[in-house]
Amino acid sequence: MKDWFRRHHPPSFQAVGENNREIPDDLWTKCPGCGELLYQRELEVNDWVCTRCAHHFRLRAPQRLAQLTDDGSFEEHEAYLRPADPLQFVSATESYREKLEQARKKSKLSEAMVVGTARLNGCPLVIAVTDFRFMGGSMGAVYGEKLVRAVDLARERRLPVLTVSASGGARMHEGMFSLMQMAKTTAAFAQLGRERLPHISLLSDPCTGGVTASYATNADVIVAEPGALIGFAGPRVIEQTTRQKLPQGFQTAEFCLQHGMVDMVTPRRELRPVIGNLMQLLCGSVPVAS
Amino acid sequence: MHPEPRTAWERVQLARNPARPKTLDYIDGLIERWVELHGDRAHGDDKALVTGVGSFGGRSVVVLGHQRGSDTRENLARNFGMPRPEAYRKAVRMMEVAEKFVLPVICFVDTPGADPGMQSEERGQAVAIAGSLYALANLPVPVVVVVIGEGGSGGALAISTGDRILMMENSVYSVASPEASATILWHDATKAPEAAEKMKITPPDLLEFGIVDRIVAEPPDGAHADAETAIRSVGTCIQTTLEELDAFYRTDRSYDRDRLLTARAEKYRRIGAWHEDRPQLTEVYSDVAEA
Ligand SMILES: [Zn+2]
Repeated sequence: MKDWFRRHHPPSFQAVGENNREIPDDLWTKCPGCGELLYQRELEVNDWVCTRCAHHFRLRAPQRLAQLTDDGSFEEHEAYLRPADPLQFVSATESYREKLEQARKKSKLSEAMVVGTARLNGCPLVIAVTDFRFMGGSMGAVYGEKLVRAVDLARERRLPVLTVSASGGARMHEGMFSLMQMAKTTAAFAQLGRERLPHISLLSDPCTGGVTASYATNADVIVAEPGALIGFAGPRVIEQTTRQKLPQGFQTAEFCLQHGMVDMVTPRRELRPVIGNLMQLLCGSVPVAS
Repeated sequence: MHPEPRTAWERVQLARNPARPKTLDYIDGLIERWVELHGDRAHGDDKALVTGVGSFGGRSVVVLGHQRGSDTRENLARNFGMPRPEAYRKAVRMMEVAEKFVLPVICFVDTPGADPGMQSEERGQAVAIAGSLYALANLPVPVVVVVIGEGGSGGALAISTGDRILMMENSVYSVASPEASATILWHDATKAPEAAEKMKITPPDLLEFGIVDRIVAEPPDGAHADAETAIRSVGTCIQTTLEELDAFYRTDRSYDRDRLLTARAEKYRRIGAWHEDRPQLTEVYSDVAEA
């Protein structure tokens, strides 16, 4: 029964390798961390972590899924959900419809959120990944609905949930519908929690606004990638409102660890074993579907 | 009611009118035996969010509300009604009291937004807001929310995830202030009146979207012109709403936790709009038959 969906519906994104390069066709990529020119092949092999300075490049959703899940185990769900335009939003400079079209072309995704089932080190889980390239990973109604359905699936099959977030927050173009996704996703994760199923949240660069202030930090364990920007207000907003220059390293994953906001900062290379271990430990008393 | 429906921008102005009744005015007018309780037991007491216990219509309740100042001095003390993380942690502490003693919670919403300062970031503003949302999602007593002025973004939402959301006729509730929306989407802060209109932030819009449940009528010239009447109308509406929730969820000594929490989750679950070109069932079955 599961397969029909895969056969009848194209995934909401292009497969890894088809169109997932941050800088396509270039042999060399300049590292934003150290400015070094890096050989792209080498970067790919190293999970897009700079071999010189350990800068973690941003990953697209398909890359992230390939990195975190067992080969061929990911099965997408809810791929057919597409954003609507509930406010019929048009401003002097843009319309939401055009903006969505551009985002689709640029990211080869139908939305900023991709959800499905997969295995991590052999253990089944539900995984929900944000792609920052689709309108800054902003959370609108489809983002929220996909996530809530993913949580439903986890409850139904008694699976743990891994979310991977990289988002600028609520999607302005959907107005209050977007803000409400914070409450909607939180309510779903609260249900998951009441049923004693774990939620592990991985925060990657950048993670601010309504996503950080809702489901992404309502997790049993919050893991952050090194150097990721994590906060509520974005650095520009803080600087504008307080008229202060932010110190070096403000709102980084390391800063959040130091201030007690995240459980751990884990290099990309170690994410699979660390998250896999955590999932197994937290599922210890719960019979998990095999 | 006003003869002509007011524009969104007119409502923004009324919602921000300094003479408009604020949380403590509602508490003063509606809550008997009020005791304000201070502090998050960890860092400090945030005066931008008032919490306490009192009696409403003969029953004990917990009250949470954003509090703006009436003048510059009070506004500085209350940070213009913009809560810092300890405010939300104080709110969560009060929700624990509400759960333990089975007290309904009444929330008054009136904030431009959560404080965006450096110290708030250091103390985990995002985590604090998320914590308050999560606590509300798990709180097994009725939660009635009244947007009395400006419902500004996540800072407002953090104490407004409830079973029923009431909105005063001249209040607004938005994902970002009209000024911020104009800057982000129009690249021009002076377009705030247009942004207020297009972002659909008024009670009738939000009622239509299913985001709020009831609109509380204000005196013809607005709540500030006749505070007493406005406060009384809010009181009546809260009373009706609590009775309605009692009828649905009240058990012998408590509330039906599962039904209440499931209904609250479902209420939010319904909010949204999307296209769903789901494959037809016939397609599925024919496929299965082939295999
Ligand atoms: Zn580097």
